[in-house]
Amino acid sequence: MSRGTPARRRTLFGLTVAAALAPSIARAQGAARVVVVGGGFGGATCARALKKLQPALGVTLVEAGKAYTACPFSNEVIAGLRDLKQQEFGYGAIARDGVAIAPMAATAVDPAAKTVTLGDGAKLSYDRLVIAPGIDLDWKALPGYDEKAAEKMPHAWKAGAQTLLLRRQLEAMEDGGVVAISTPAAPYRCPPAPYERASQIAWYLRTKKPRSKVLLLDSKDSFPQQRLFQAAWARLYPEMIEWVPLSQGGNVTSVDPATRTFNTDFDKHTADVANVIPPQKAAAIAHSAGVADRTGWCPVEPIAFESILQPGVHVLGDAALMGAMPKAAFSANAQAKVCAAAIVDLLAGHKPAEPRLISACYTLAAPDWGFSIVGVYRPEEGQLLEVPGAGGTSPVDGDSALRAQEAHYAEACFQTLTGEIFG
Amino acid sequence: MSLWPMAVAAGLLALSVSADAAEPPPGAASCSGCHGILPTGAAVPVLRGRPAAEIAGIMRAFKSGARPATVMGRIAKGFSDPEIDAIATWTSGHGP
Repeated sequence: MSRGTPARRRTLFGLTVAAALAPSIARAQGAARVVVVGGGFGGATCARALKKLQPALGVTLVEAGKAYTACPFSNEVIAGLRDLKQQEFGYGAIARDGVAIAPMAATAVDPAAKTVTLGDGAKLSYDRLVIAPGIDLDWKALPGYDEKAAEKMPHAWKAGAQTLLLRRQLEAMEDGGVVAISTPAAPYRCPPAPYERASQIAWYLRTKKPRSKVLLLDSKDSFPQQRLFQAAWARLYPEMIEWVPLSQGGNVTSVDPATRTFNTDFDKHTADVANVIPPQKAAAIAHSAGVADRTGWCPVEPIAFESILQPGVHVLGDAALMGAMPKAAFSANAQAKVCAAAIVDLLAGHKPAEPRLISACYTLAAPDWGFSIVGVYRPEEGQLLEVPGAGGTSPVDGDSALRAQEAHYAEACFQTLTGEIFG
Repeated sequence: MSLWPMAVAAGLLALSVSADAAEPPPGAASCSGCHGILPTGAAVPVLRGRPAAEIAGIMRAFKSGARPATVMGRIAKGFSDPEIDAIATWTSGHGP
């Protein structure tokens, strides 16, 4: 491609980027090149960790967004407890660490040629590629629900404009209204989050519109931390949240955005505010790269998270099938640091050590009511499985002091996590 | 798995890892998700600079249940004593 000269690239990304993008220069210096696609919890962590572990590496982070809008705590934005600005993080500190930022979308990957094509047509060559693009909503999976429908029935499952839309709809609703939330079958981003969202919305309604209800239409018969959630709902929001599981007709089979109606197996529910959390899949670039399989997600081996389908391509975070590890920000961050160390080993001709990973996910059922689910994971039988005897949830009989303490830890960990990645 | 030999064949370079960025032992990389370099109030302690023996002792107390915990008891149970020692040594010297 004629645009792939160093001079042309310099005009694209700025001077410091040119060396990382120019194969001849990079090779002359003996530096390997790693391209990371996606600047969320997985990708941004990995790019920065690679540069920290091996400053001589050429590391390019491909991310179209000027800032990242984080999903953890975005349910508090919906409830009016938090500003969306508190969820936004820029890439300045990552660039200052020597990571080249390519501020555009990756449109294609050629694993055989080891190149990534960018939105402007330029191509980046790599020795190792990391794909951490997160999720796409599956606009074909739920009849009636497409991008246009999401303007009437927001998903708010990617933080940003959709989060604010759902908040505005709640604020505009009359007291006595029904807020309905529909959930997809697993796997999907952040397993406890629909139930945290129901809790946070109930907190808002109890405070501002106490005659209103939350209707949770679930495609499952059980959900993560169920006893903790149900105990919290009984104590904090009695009679306010109605959970309709699969076996009682909770599975939503289609929606009608014009009337904000959810059609289930046996019934239909019309809501005043309708939040559809639709089925999801790995983001489009993963499919273009050939690392996603028929499940819609990306199978990887459990040590360096290298694709089972495309050698030389690693997949992190929500897009990947990580065995028992949940699709969550903390998981993606932990995977990214392990992946960075493994890539440094692989480029040096060493076999990476077998990793151990921790996930720790906090949920806030109210601003002062937190609980957590933890797992420790190791490679076993080709995937990441939980270490027996470790992990689990907060005690169901914990008192309000413990819940307040965990709420405090949730906030502290969010600050630390985002500080490590973007600060 | 056939991925490693391919990866090794691609090894264009033999760069050594810089000393102050040594690779953490298994499990240790996860710690910095909550334990930062700067104190976040009194909520979650900074580990870097604390004696390794002290960190290891606290981890063992979390593991046995002797020390009350929120998440740390559930995490410590996933590691053997030698693994705890390795994590404590690394987090004390390099870690968060």
